[in-house]
Amino acid sequence: MSTDVTDKVPASAPPGKSGGTAADGNLLQLILGGLRRNMRQYGMLIALGLIVVLFQVWTGGDLLLPRNVSNLVLQNSYILILAIGMMLVIIAGHIDLSVGSLTAFVGAFAAVLTVQHSVAWPVALVLCLLVGAVAGALQGFLIAYLGIPSFIVTLAGMLLFRGLTEIFLQGQTLGPFPNGLQKLGNGFLPEVGPNTNYHNLTLLLGIVLLAFVVYQEVRDRRREQEFSLDVLPRNAFLLKLVAIAAAIIAVTMILASYQGAPIILIVLGVLVVGYGYVMRNAVFGRHIYAIGGNLPAAKLSGVKDKKVTFFVFLNMGVLAALAGLVVAARLNAASPKAGLNFELEAIASSFIGGASMSGGVGTVLGAIIGGLVLGVLNNGMNLLSVGTDWQQVIKGLALLAAVGFDVWNKRKSGS
Amino acid sequence: MAGPVLEMRSIVKTFPGVKALSDVTLTVRQGEVHAICGENGAGKSTLMKVLSGVHPHGTYEGEILFEGEVCSFKDIRASEHHGIVIIHQELALVPFLSIAENIFLGNEHASGGFINWNETLKHATELLRRVGLNDHPETRIADIGVGKQQLVEIAKALSKKVKLLILDEPTAALNDEDSGKLLDLILELKKQGITSIIISHKLNEIRRVADSVTILRDGRSIETLDVKAPETTEDRIISGMVGRDLDHRFPDRTPYQGEADAAPALEIRNWTVHHPIDQQRKVVDDVSINVRRGEIVGIAGLMGAGRTELAMSVFGRTYGRHAGGQVFKDGREIRTKTVAEAVQHGIAYVTEDRKHYGLNLIDNINRNISLTALGKVAKRGVVDEHEERKVAERFRKSMNIKAPTVFETVGRLSGGNQQKVVLSKWIFAGPEVLILDEPTRGIDVGAKYEIYTVIDQLAAEGKAVVFISSELPELLGMCDRIYTMAAGRLTGEVPRAEATQEVLMRQMTKDKEVTR
Repeated sequence: MSTDVTDKVPASAPPGKSGGTAADGNLLQLILGGLRRNMRQYGMLIALGLIVVLFQVWTGGDLLLPRNVSNLVLQNSYILILAIGMMLVIIAGHIDLSVGSLTAFVGAFAAVLTVQHSVAWPVALVLCLLVGAVAGALQGFLIAYLGIPSFIVTLAGMLLFRGLTEIFLQGQTLGPFPNGLQKLGNGFLPEVGPNTNYHNLTLLLGIVLLAFVVYQEVRDRRREQEFSLDVLPRNAFLLKLVAIAAAIIAVTMILASYQGAPIILIVLGVLVVGYGYVMRNAVFGRHIYAIGGNLPAAKLSGVKDKKVTFFVFLNMGVLAALAGLVVAARLNAASPKAGLNFELEAIASSFIGGASMSGGVGTVLGAIIGGLVLGVLNNGMNLLSVGTDWQQVIKGLALLAAVGFDVWNKRKSGS
Repeated sequence: MAGPVLEMRSIVKTFPGVKALSDVTLTVRQGEVHAICGENGAGKSTLMKVLSGVHPHGTYEGEILFEGEVCSFKDIRASEHHGIVIIHQELALVPFLSIAENIFLGNEHASGGFINWNETLKHATELLRRVGLNDHPETRIADIGVGKQQLVEIAKALSKKVKLLILDEPTAALNDEDSGKLLDLILELKKQGITSIIISHKLNEIRRVADSVTILRDGRSIETLDVKAPETTEDRIISGMVGRDLDHRFPDRTPYQGEADAAPALEIRNWTVHHPIDQQRKVVDDVSINVRRGEIVGIAGLMGAGRTELAMSVFGRTYGRHAGGQVFKDGREIRTKTVAEAVQHGIAYVTEDRKHYGLNLIDNINRNISLTALGKVAKRGVVDEHEERKVAERFRKSMNIKAPTVFETVGRLSGGNQQKVVLSKWIFAGPEVLILDEPTRGIDVGAKYEIYTVIDQLAAEGKAVVFISSELPELLGMCDRIYTMAAGRLTGEVPRAEATQEVLMRQMTKDKEVTR
């Protein structure tokens, strides 16, 4: 028998009567509501800002020295690359434990190709990404089509790829890599034009980026107005633009006053924009959110859930391969112990950045913010010569605090 | 005649915004089998939850007297302590524990925290003998059928020294043979002095086991009849169940005018579906129905009649195991093996369970509406957000979805507005045939009227509508033709002119005895 008691309303109620209209919503409440709902993202951004300021003070200004910022980018790039893919996996309602091992495996493969067999590095790069894709596709097939839980499949993958790496390298460290490949991990944009005391190309890139972002923001606002949606008030919008511009200019100037923008930062930037766009605007991205948010409903809506899951893991494989190349290039050697615990860092980044254990929630930008929180904590504590023992303790607490805050916030808002 | 063992007086139970029970009185005599019947949503389960302490004392008004004592149960344990045990329709057994472990779950034979297995097994064997189950008590629950599981539940109740046993639609999931055994057991227990309350839709069952029957309707107790009295016929019970009047709750509708010999937009022939787990059981048994363009065709049936199962198995085989039958669209056979195929052929299924199968509750209105037909607002795999928003805004206005913006999270909307989002989503997909499964369940009268109007418009636009509902007045108010189903079979087809609640209810409660 139906437990639906709610449909037993006295039949005398007047039919067809509708309550207040949509436009009743108070503007201030709307903004506050929006802020509250995105509390997690804003909260983490604010937390990131606080951490940066704190370490800047504690390290006596060392944190934001141009050289250290460059370092920070180089040190964290591979975790951030993994975090992007991991975010997709988690949004889809899965987990991938194999990425750390896969990074090592691909690094080893690259070394065998370029060092032992002198394959040209661009060819090796493509082959490595292919290997990542195949590995991801295999796991994706087992998860999506055979229905083996992702935790199990990727746990097996974690052991398997780690083992294969060691077999491949026979326990040795293999290097060095050809110059072209090394650039991926350590290189900077080339210097061009007159001597300005700054890195010209980086400045140019910063200006282009600034113009692009401002243009996008203004266009978005105008379009929203066209749809007579409530937009930020003019002042608030200007403030937001100024804040964004300040951040871009600051980072540009810091990087330009050292060796310029690292190549991997450009790669990362392209990935963030690209994946952000896919997750927000592409049918594929929407389907990932749909299967993570409510799998049965997505299935009944005609979403090809298996195909989507498959490609999410395939994609994770490709990104893990890219991360593997970057790690190997940065260390200039393939090591059997490379990429140890990377999967956990990527997973932690995603959760700090707003992903949910049950799937369906999260953004690419969130994963980046989460990764940066961990990265700045790492780097800052290194500068302060905090031992790795305490570093782990503090990172653990950061993860707990971030997710705890989220849970508390959700409970408070009663959803 | 024996005095009352249970008296529930003037029970009122309110949920936020709704009165589920208003002034229900129930008197059960010592040692009898007392049936409770009523339509879906009449308040039967709620009443039993009040009695068993699921809704604790203080959350309802009224008085409960058991064995002459006023009771104020704060939870199920308290009511069980007094010997009142309820067996819910969804059995509460742990599948991977043994029969014996399940019987004594939460009530283990233990000393110092360690289970005494000898005593457990001995006692379990005795209880199993009492309920007529021969399986070894160490058999896993997962390895026995639903019928036997039901018996284990009763054994569990007996282990708690039950005095009043409440069974909520105990035979709904059982086949004929198991049902028969269960009913026999209830009579056997009666001889042993155990009083039972049985909730059932099946009038033949009530006649077979019950001594008296109380009829609930719209949260009120209508009457209590003596089943053994000659004047208590099935018709008498039916008229008690449906007695309410049809008031003006539906848009005025011009009945379907099309030619009767036009090829139906959708025709289902000889459709049979087996239960996904218990594959011996036919959930849908050789059902053939059709619907024409511009027509609204109802499917009436009580719980377990197989209506949703029929719809879902046609819609991309999303339920059970298909065992035969064909689907025709405009006279041509089509494949609907996957949801994508069904959608491609212009079929839409609006689920009865919008929260689990209809919506992504953590996402916004905008994205929920566009999901089924993202291709319509996308170019080369990229969603045009502005186009998408336009569509959502259009539906928000036309369907009168009450939300500040289309970016409101769907989980925060009321049931009626959620239902409008689900409908919007499927209307946006542009189907030619809409299967609406309980589209007005759990929503208020105002929103219902709005949804009826939408359905009416859809038919007027030439769409074929299949309307599954448990509320007879709404079928009578909306449909051109009504099919009735009972226990997986089609039991009738009634044109609008001949349909009354009594006629439908008679066919809906027709059990398999006719064909046996």
